[in-house]
Parts: sequence; structure tokens; C-alpha cells
Amino acid sequence: MALVRALVVPMALLSLLLASPSLQAVQPDEVLKNPALEARARALSKELRCMVCQNQSIDDSEAPLAHDLRVLVRERLKAGDSDSQVIDFLVARYGEFVLLKPRLSWHTALLWGLPPAVVVFGILAIAIVVWRRRTAATAALEAANLNAAEERRLAELMRGDG
Amino acid sequence: MIPELGHYALMLALGLALIQGSMPIVGARSNDPVLMSMAAPAALAQFVFVAIAFGALATCYVTSDFSVLNVYENSNSAMPLIYRLTSVWGNHEGSMMLWVSILALFGALVAAFGRNLPAALKANALGVQAWIAAAFELFILTTSNPFLRIADAPFEGRDLNPILQDPGLAFHPPLLYLGYVGFSIAFSFAIAALIEGRIDAAWARWVRPWVLGAWMCLTLGIAGGSYWAYYELGWGGFWFWDPVENASLMPWLAGTALLHSAVVMEKRGALKIWTILLAILAFSLSLIGTFLVRSGVLTSVHTFANDPRRGIFILAILIGFIGGALALYAWRAPLLKQGGLFAPISREGALVLNNLFLTSACVTVFVGTLYPLALEVLTGEKISVGPPFFNATFGPLFIPLLLAMPFGPLLGWKRGDLLGAAQRLLAAGMLAAVAIAAAFALQHGGGPVLAPFGVGLAIFVMVGALIDIAERTTVMRVPLAAALRRAAGLPRSAWGTAFGHFGIGMTLLGIVVVTAWGSERIASLKPGETIEIAHYRLTFDGLVNRPGPNYRDLVGHFTVRRASGELVGAMEPARRTFPARNMATTEAALMNRGASQLYLSLGDPSADGAVAVRLYFKPLVLLIWFGAVIMFAGGALSLSDRRLRVGAPKPAKARAAFQAAE
Repeated sequence: MALVRALVVPMALLSLLLASPSLQAVQPDEVLKNPALEARARALSKELRCMVCQNQSIDDSEAPLAHDLRVLVRERLKAGDSDSQVIDFLVARYGEFVLLKPRLSWHTALLWGLPPAVVVFGILAIAIVVWRRRTAATAALEAANLNAAEERRLAELMRGDG
Repeated sequence: MIPELGHYALMLALGLALIQGSMPIVGARSNDPVLMSMAAPAALAQFVFVAIAFGALATCYVTSDFSVLNVYENSNSAMPLIYRLTSVWGNHEGSMMLWVSILALFGALVAAFGRNLPAALKANALGVQAWIAAAFELFILTTSNPFLRIADAPFEGRDLNPILQDPGLAFHPPLLYLGYVGFSIAFSFAIAALIEGRIDAAWARWVRPWVLGAWMCLTLGIAGGSYWAYYELGWGGFWFWDPVENASLMPWLAGTALLHSAVVMEKRGALKIWTILLAILAFSLSLIGTFLVRSGVLTSVHTFANDPRRGIFILAILIGFIGGALALYAWRAPLLKQGGLFAPISREGALVLNNLFLTSACVTVFVGTLYPLALEVLTGEKISVGPPFFNATFGPLFIPLLLAMPFGPLLGWKRGDLLGAAQRLLAAGMLAAVAIAAAFALQHGGGPVLAPFGVGLAIFVMVGALIDIAERTTVMRVPLAAALRRAAGLPRSAWGTAFGHFGIGMTLLGIVVVTAWGSERIASLKPGETIEIAHYRLTFDGLVNRPGPNYRDLVGHFTVRRASGELVGAMEPARRTFPARNMATTEAALMNRGASQLYLSLGDPSADGAVAVRLYFKPLVLLIWFGAVIMFAGGALSLSDRRLRVGAPKPAKARAAFQAAE
């Protein structure tokens, strides 16, 4: 039987855990002395993917690679890099895969464009439906009204001499 | 003997599903009452046999019958009874069995309590239900048979994955599945309506309790999963935008939209075609959610190729049901009559707005979850879409939704008075402004700029829900006793709305506060050393070993004091080792302080006797899940509304009375 056990992915958030949660993410010895720099490092770490993990940032992951990357980010910051320089450095080294928020480019245009497009399209669609319904309703109302000849005839009838 | 019995019962259930899926539909087409009346008994019998199959599998697990491959791989005789039982659905095959059991149960409920459904609608709906059941039963029998035996039965099983051995996760999958499968009823009724080419407000009255029940289970299931991740994963996050989480969020978003559009359809006869589409989408997303998680495609596209039979079967089911339903929709929906005109500023208009933003949010999650997969398959390029993307796109869609939310219930049907609603919400707006100012004052100019506005929005939503009830009971204008009488006389669904909306506000408040003002300490402590966080001081007393039934704990003991020195209590985080799989989990220690929590998790001890700890102060974090519980309660109140039950198992008298009142 080719029942491949690798397919058995347990329920719920399990994929988060394939790297076993036996260690902790940021280790005490990694923390920088300078709190401002450390805060920047933490913020940057949340935007960067641990490439060997399931959808975990290097800030959350306890994988050795994540540890190395956290140390690397802190070294770059200590060397005086700006946030975007650190990111550029990592992208140059590991590719766009390292970014948890992909950059806007031709191959992510649909990803970034679809959510606003859906809202705009939705508003337009609703507006068109509303406008059509309203014109239809007005037309129906006008059709129900009497025209000039009928009005005259009605007036004559009302006077009682029709 | 017992597994073979289960296997055989499942085959019989498949046979019954095929009968249930064909005869009644033929009968509905040819207007043959005998054929149509086959649906109900077939659905009941199918449920009996599926239940026998599920019971057989559960028996194998409880009795630790390791001659069954599935039991051997996912259970262990040392596990407590409760986990031996819940490990039935802690794996692919068993979870499919659970899915199909719930499906059969719901089909049987429709059959048993649907006596006053129009015969053709009932026959068609049960028929469609049977197609789903047949597809799943065939899938289980051909590719995921849980009843397979091993020739030489091993002495001991391989144990359930340790992180699933937790009460939080034991009941998370059944709740999610109750939600997913609950939407199948809406789906079946939608397809039945399309087959008939006829739909009316009674349809919505029929479907709404199912949608509501499914939505309640899904709300609780998602919240439970979130709380489980929070305490079990050991780093205190409550939502990760993980594809597996998104898989359950998408049906929830579509289901929430469906819940609201079905109200419009029931009360005003409008949005019929849209409601049908949402019913199809909610269940389609449930199917996708089930299979995304189960097929392993999220872990890697390549796992799909590991077992092509299973993968292709899954694709066939998805394409067959989703594609088929949408094609039928495109063909038949134009036949359905539209109805119920309304002005843009009206209750209906507000609900349309709700649907617009919920659907857009759903699309955002869908695109964000599947885009990396699609891109990799099409171009081989690998990108990551993670929390920063979703926070940047999903958040902005929820802000207008939540801003508009308190207005909705205050607007009248057909034509609403926006100015009047705004006046009535003045108090909510003012309280929100006070909250914003207070939040800014408390963070002394530092801290995140947007967070105070988030707090203001949450307060606006919560107070808005209270104002809705206050307005309906006229509590501000009449004596209290009269207002209480009015409150008791209010339709339960009005209470349900208020609870649901209040709960969302509460969840938002928890999310904003804990994200913006939570604090964290990372340190390496030796016994006797102290660490401080947010007015609390924790002293590390030492490590002890403590054995459990099928694991060993290494427990750290910490004494918690206030900054003033007053003793608060003890916290005991642990590292739990499971010898059967040689895996370890982090058992964080949580201490409730009102709605806030202290959260302490333990790392590995080092040679010099020190241990790494992560300590968090999570202000108001419990509100996130309290909010979900209140939403659930709102759903329950609404479900208990007499008017909602009228369509269901009620005699004709009550039904007539309700229609006359309209």
C-alpha cells in the first residue's frame, strides 16, 4: 500500500510546529545591549522568514537558521546599516523568499492589486445595480402616471360633462 | 472483526448515499412522490451505517487495537482515555471519517425534522447532500481507508503527536468540522433551489438556523485553535496568518457574510441571487479548507505528488463540487426572481456594505494564502506571504466594516435615517473619543500611534451594540421595570445581533491592547534570581522532574510577587518530553490577572544551572477569546428565537401564524 505517511499533516496549526517547539526563539545571549537597536532588530525579525520553517518569522522560530539570521540582522544593525539596507542585504543573499511581505513587482501585482480591486469592483457593481433598479423603478412609476391626453380626459370626467 | 464491520458499514453507507443521491432527484423532476419520499429514510439509514463505521474505528482506538494500521500509527496504550478517543481524528483517515459522520448526521437531521419542507426542495437538498457524502465515502474507501490491518500486530502504538495531546486541540477539529459541514446544508439547499429554479424568503428561513449553527461552531473552533496556539506554542502569539488558520478563517468570513445576507433575504426578499452564491462559496471554502489542511499541499507543493491518487481525488472533488455548483449557478441564477427594493441608506444597504467588506476580506485571505502556491506551480518562483502582508491588507478592510457596524441595526428597513442613527450613536462616539484621549495620555506620547484609535474603534463598536439594545428597550426614557419588560419581549435575534457585535468589539479591544502594550522579557535565570515585568516580580526557585502518564515534565518553579513585595502566587512552566516519539513540547505557565495574563515559558537549562525564560505580560489578552464566546452566545440566543425555529420542526399552526404576522 502506497499510503505515504508524509502526507499525514495533523490538524490545525500543526505546520507551525514542524520545527519542534523545544527551544525558544530569541535567546538571552542574542539580545543587544542598546534597547533602540534591539527594538529595530525585533521589528525587522518579524518581517523576515525563517526559510526552513513553515511560515514562521525568524523572530518566532527556534531553528538554528533563524538564530543565525537574527544574529546576522543584529550584526548589520550594529555596523550601522539602516533597516532597508539590512533587508536589501538579506534579499540579495537569500532571494525574495525571505520577505514575509513580498515587494510590489510584476509577479506580485495580482497579490497586492486584487484586494483593492475587489472593493472597487464591488462598489461599482453595487452602484450599477442600484442605478439600474432606480431607473427601472422610475420608469415603472412614469408608466403608471397618466399622460397629457389622459389628464385632460380625466379633468373632463371630473367636471361631469364628458 | 470490529474494523471489518466498520469497513463494511462504510461501504453500505456509500451504497445508500448513491441511492439517496439519485432516486429523490429523479422523483423531484418527474414529480413522483414515492421516489421523492425515499430521500428521508435513505438519509437516516446512511447515518446509521456511517455511525457504525465511526463507532468501530473509535472502538479500535479506545481498546488500543494495534493490529489496525491507523491505530498503530496514531495511538498508544499509555495515553489517557480521552486522548485515545480524540486521536481518532488526529490523523488524515480518522478526520475524514469524522467529517463524513457529521455530514451524515446533519443529513439525518434534515430528513427527520424537515417534515414541513416542500417535498421537491427536500428531495433535491437531501440528494445533493448525498452526492457530497458519496464523494467523501468513496475517497475514504479508495484512498484513505482507516480500517487497514497489519499482518503482525505490533505490541505498542507510535503515539499521537504530542502537541495534539491537549484538551484545547482535542475538540478543535470537531468544532471546525461542525462549522464546515454545517455550511454543506446551505450549499445543498442552494443547489436544490437552483435545480428547481425557484426560491423565496421561506428558503432563507430554512437555511438560516443551519448557517447560524455552523457559524457558531466555526467561531468557537477558530477561537479555540487560537487559544491553543497561544498557550501551547510557547511564544504567546494568538494569530499567525498561517495557511492552516486562514483555511478556517475564509469559511468564517464567507459564512458571516452569508448570515447577514440571509437576513435580508428572509425579511425583505432581496439579495436572493447573492445569497445563493454566498451559500455556494461558504461551503466551497470549507471544502478547500478541509483539503488544504489534509492534503499537505500547504506544507509543500511536492507532497501532493507523493501520493498522486489522493491528490487527484481531492482535486476532482474540489473541481466537481465547486466548478459544478458555480456552473449551475451561472446557468440557473438568472431564472430566479429578484425582489425587494431599498434605498442605499437602509438596513439592507448596511448589510450590503457588510457583505462587500467581508467578501473582500475573504478574497484577500484567499489570494494571500494561495498566491505563493500558484506562483510556484506556474513559474517556479518562491515568495512568502506572511503576517505583515495580511496586517497591511486585511486590517484596512475591517476598519470601515467595524465603523459602519453600529449603524446597521439602528437603520430602518427599506429607507433608513442616517442622521438619526448618528445622533443615537453620539454617546458611543463620545466614549470612543474619551478612550482615544485616555490611551494617548497613558502612553505619554510614546508608543504606537494607531493603537489608541484601535481602542476607540473597539469602544465605539461595543457601546454601539449596547445603544442598540438601549434604544429597543427605551431604557433611557421609561421606568426601569417597563424597560425590563420590553427587554424580555425583544426578539432573541435582536439580542443575538447585539451580542455578536459586542463580541467583535471585545475581541478587537483585546487584539489592539495586547499587540500595542504587551511587554516581554527574555532572560537567563539561575535559582534565586528575579525578573521584573509590568508591576510584577518573579523569582526563580529551581527545577524539578515530575512524571506524567506518557511523558516526563521538567518543571520550573517561580514565585510571583507584586512590585510592592506582596505574594501573588506561583507559576510552573514545564518542558514536556514524550519518549514514544522522542519529542518535546513547551508547557507555558499562565496566570490570570483580571482579563490580562502573565505568560511564562521555559527554555532548555544550561550546564551552569541557569535556564532561559521568556516572560510576557499580556494586557487584556483574554478579551480576544471572551469576545468569541460572546459571539457564540449571540448566535445561540438568535438560534433560540422562536421565529427562527418556526420553519423547522413546528406544526403548521405556528407557521401560518408567523406568515400572517408579516
